[in-house]
Amino acid sequence: MSDELKLPVRVQLRPQTLVGRSVPRETARRLASGRGRYLDDVHGGEVYHIAFYRSPYARAKFTLGDLSAAASSPGVYRIVTGTDLTAICAPWVTRLEMLPDHVSPPEYALAVDEVYWQGEPVVAVVAKTRAQAEDALDAIDIDWNDLEPVANAEQALSLDSPLVHPALKSNLALEREIIRGDVDAAFKGAACVVEHHFSFGRQTGVPLEGRGVIARYDRRTEELTVYQSHQAPFQMQEIYAKQLSMPLSKVRVLCPDVGGAFGIKLHAYADEMAAVAIARLLAVPVKYQADRLESFVSDAHARDAVVSARLALDSQGCIVGLQYEGLFSFGAVSLYPRGSVGEALQLLETCGLAYKVPALHGQVRGAFVNKVPTGAYRAVGQPLGAAVMEQLLDNAADKLDMDRFEIRRKNYVVDADLVNDSDAKLRGLSLRQCLDTIKTDMNYPQLRQRQEELRAKRTYRGIGLCTFIEQTGVGAWLYGRNGVAAASKESVRLHLSTSGEVVCHTSASESGQGVHTGLAQIIADTLGCPMDAIYVRTGDTLSDPVGGGSWASRGLALGGEAARLAALDLRHNVLSVVAAWKSVSIDELEIDHGVVSIIDGEVACSLQQVARLVHYDSTVLPLPQPPSLSVERSYTPFSKPYFMANGIQAAEVEVDIETGQVKVLDFWVVEDCGTVVNPLLVDEQIRGGVVQGIGAALFEHCVYDEAGQITNASLADYLVPMAAEMPDIQVSHISTPEQETGLGAKGVGEAGTVGAIGAIWSAVNDALRPLGVSAHKQPFTPDVILSAVLQKA
Amino acid sequence: MQTKNVADITVTINGQEGSFSVPVRRNLVDFLRHDVGLTGSHVGCESGICGACNVRVDGVVVRGCLMFAVQADGCVVDTIEGITDSGEAAALQQAFLERNALQCGYCTPGMLMTGLELVQSGRTVTRDEIREELSGNFCRCTGYHAIVDAIEHVMERCTK
Repeated sequence: MSDELKLPVRVQLRPQTLVGRSVPRETARRLASGRGRYLDDVHGGEVYHIAFYRSPYARAKFTLGDLSAAASSPGVYRIVTGTDLTAICAPWVTRLEMLPDHVSPPEYALAVDEVYWQGEPVVAVVAKTRAQAEDALDAIDIDWNDLEPVANAEQALSLDSPLVHPALKSNLALEREIIRGDVDAAFKGAACVVEHHFSFGRQTGVPLEGRGVIARYDRRTEELTVYQSHQAPFQMQEIYAKQLSMPLSKVRVLCPDVGGAFGIKLHAYADEMAAVAIARLLAVPVKYQADRLESFVSDAHARDAVVSARLALDSQGCIVGLQYEGLFSFGAVSLYPRGSVGEALQLLETCGLAYKVPALHGQVRGAFVNKVPTGAYRAVGQPLGAAVMEQLLDNAADKLDMDRFEIRRKNYVVDADLVNDSDAKLRGLSLRQCLDTIKTDMNYPQLRQRQEELRAKRTYRGIGLCTFIEQTGVGAWLYGRNGVAAASKESVRLHLSTSGEVVCHTSASESGQGVHTGLAQIIADTLGCPMDAIYVRTGDTLSDPVGGGSWASRGLALGGEAARLAALDLRHNVLSVVAAWKSVSIDELEIDHGVVSIIDGEVACSLQQVARLVHYDSTVLPLPQPPSLSVERSYTPFSKPYFMANGIQAAEVEVDIETGQVKVLDFWVVEDCGTVVNPLLVDEQIRGGVVQGIGAALFEHCVYDEAGQITNASLADYLVPMAAEMPDIQVSHISTPEQETGLGAKGVGEAGTVGAIGAIWSAVNDALRPLGVSAHKQPFTPDVILSAVLQKA
Repeated sequence: MQTKNVADITVTINGQEGSFSVPVRRNLVDFLRHDVGLTGSHVGCESGICGACNVRVDGVVVRGCLMFAVQADGCVVDTIEGITDSGEAAALQQAFLERNALQCGYCTPGMLMTGLELVQSGRTVTRDEIREELSGNFCRCTGYHAIVDAIEHVMERCTK
């Protein structure tokens, strides 16, 4: 038994508390030194590169012509067509068991005979370099017969519309409603009724690192290894095994550093499936790395909805009824495997959820159109629900001449109202505290005064408010119940190694959020070891315990609780060993800074010594079999479908009514995500999310022409928020720990985006209010603002 | 044919001179990443918008995607690896770490290139001016606030 650690004889028992502290991310040092290893940086021998010939039409039939010129182009190894791949990879269909009426057309890895959106992959060129593969694309001969595309949901659902896809019986992809109380009666008897129309433009997520895969199939072992820039490796393992008819155990998916994801890297895309299938078909290693142009026509698009909404109130400003109707334009297929319906369903579920609404009628419809399929993008539908409700409340406050804080405070849902079991998920919100805090943070009276003064000088400032709730740490009700093979839990496996290091394998992956730092803080506190003794590993289906990955703000809420439980188990097992060894009871032992001591302060041993005893020499232990020093725990919400975080955001904007320009002057957030494990990292999650929301509200738009061609598929033309246009963002916290877990953390990854869109809507229309006009269309480009200003003229 | 498509260049990369045969159409960042093996500089848009590929050529920060490798013949090129190893960027990198001014890290090498140029300019700048200087670097994760904080912090320390 070696004894490498020099231990003090006695220790002062003063347990460390890392949870709650702003510990920097150690990984950030590596990334900031240029030592990130993203998909395109993964080396491992020569690979062939893939470039896709993508459909130039939104809807067309095609016949492949002579491909021999492309095939003999320099460096080309093989040209692969849809028919080639169908032989080993059948088309897939998104199905959601709880929504049997949602019938998606099948999707092929490469199109066969017909295409349904501009950008759909048609032919793959496999070549020695990407440049050579791209060169060969020019030599591909295809005879196109373009057909009339379906451009938007209104057209799609009109009686004379063509079908988006021949496999469809109707373009109607989704139709759902919720009804509570007698909404007609509520509106009939209401003292005040307000309405607003909303258009939420189509956008996309723009992770700076494009999607990509490196795939190898080893004929000798019949194993498939896929490196992928993705948020959910276990989901992709399932999909590749299923599509390629391989045993799950022969498929390994690894995610290296991921350069931004935001939901975009949560789906299974035809191009990536094609690349992996090509590796299997040709048994050569291949790489596919999407460039920016093809990302715009292949990454999931999002939002794209028009909503009409009305709110009825009594004369005191109490809500009596809410009615809203949303129409969503999806894409040509429902994105696999989670579907394209989330945006609409989240609007349906979250609109007005933070308020007492006695009578409600919400309806959503979604239509297939000949565009890029839509799917999850940060906050999924929740920003729309929040923006709609908050704009209605502003309109009502104006009509009733009420204070906008007062109308919110008065109508917030409070625990006393939540008597039904189905409302349990809403208990413990801190809406009023958040409201009061932000009013102070932003110095509201002073802002209002300045606004009034400037209005007199024809300078139009607006102050926006957006209460939000965020569904975090979503459990099995969302996908599991729908038959989607996406794990609803997060898992952590801890192993105490003979070096004294604690190796943590987790399903809770990340792309820079800082989840792994948070897990290490929790493990260090719970086990009683130094943080720098903990190594967190993720992104490998071969070695990680099964879990969801990185989506729906789950890393800390679920992975954190799994880490806490695993650390408790490991601690118990360590103490069991020491208790037997030292002939004391477990209750008399404590672990701190990696040292086990007896309660009076006498040092017993180090964690490393325990590991060496158990792993190498258990003869000194009076135990037939020492307990395991590898433990695994999982966590998924059980008493509710998700953990509800909440907060409020506020924006001050200035609208130039001559140029139509909107400038965001200031921004505030008060957020309640329960226990804040690491304030530094949590605040930056919020800020980053806010800026994506501001981007959506002011700039970002996938602009299509009538032929279904995207007209701005480059970063020069698709505007994203840059530093100069963005404000500083002030963040405060209220902490209401989640009751279901010992950790008490709720998720926070999407909070910023959930509320920021509505805060900008509220602020812009507040600025326009003295002109007697309002804006209805996001993004609020100068054109949209000037059109609004000119409404009156 | 081969001689037309490939050119021989001599470049000093991170202080070390080397000779390379490169396809004339290869841009500087692809050359650095795939031929030299310096994967710290990233490719985000290949059209000069995002700044993820920013590197320093003869002391000036440029877009690695808007310059051909052959144009760097005879030049001194510094990448994130170089300014890390030399310690030149250490204070800024430490500030980025402490302020959590990066998340996924994909934009960060380019952001540090731009930020370091500003820090080394010796100018006294406001937060708004820092934001203006960064307006050629796209970050999708952070919302920029922390990046501005980190650069401001280092610049304040430099002028003290």
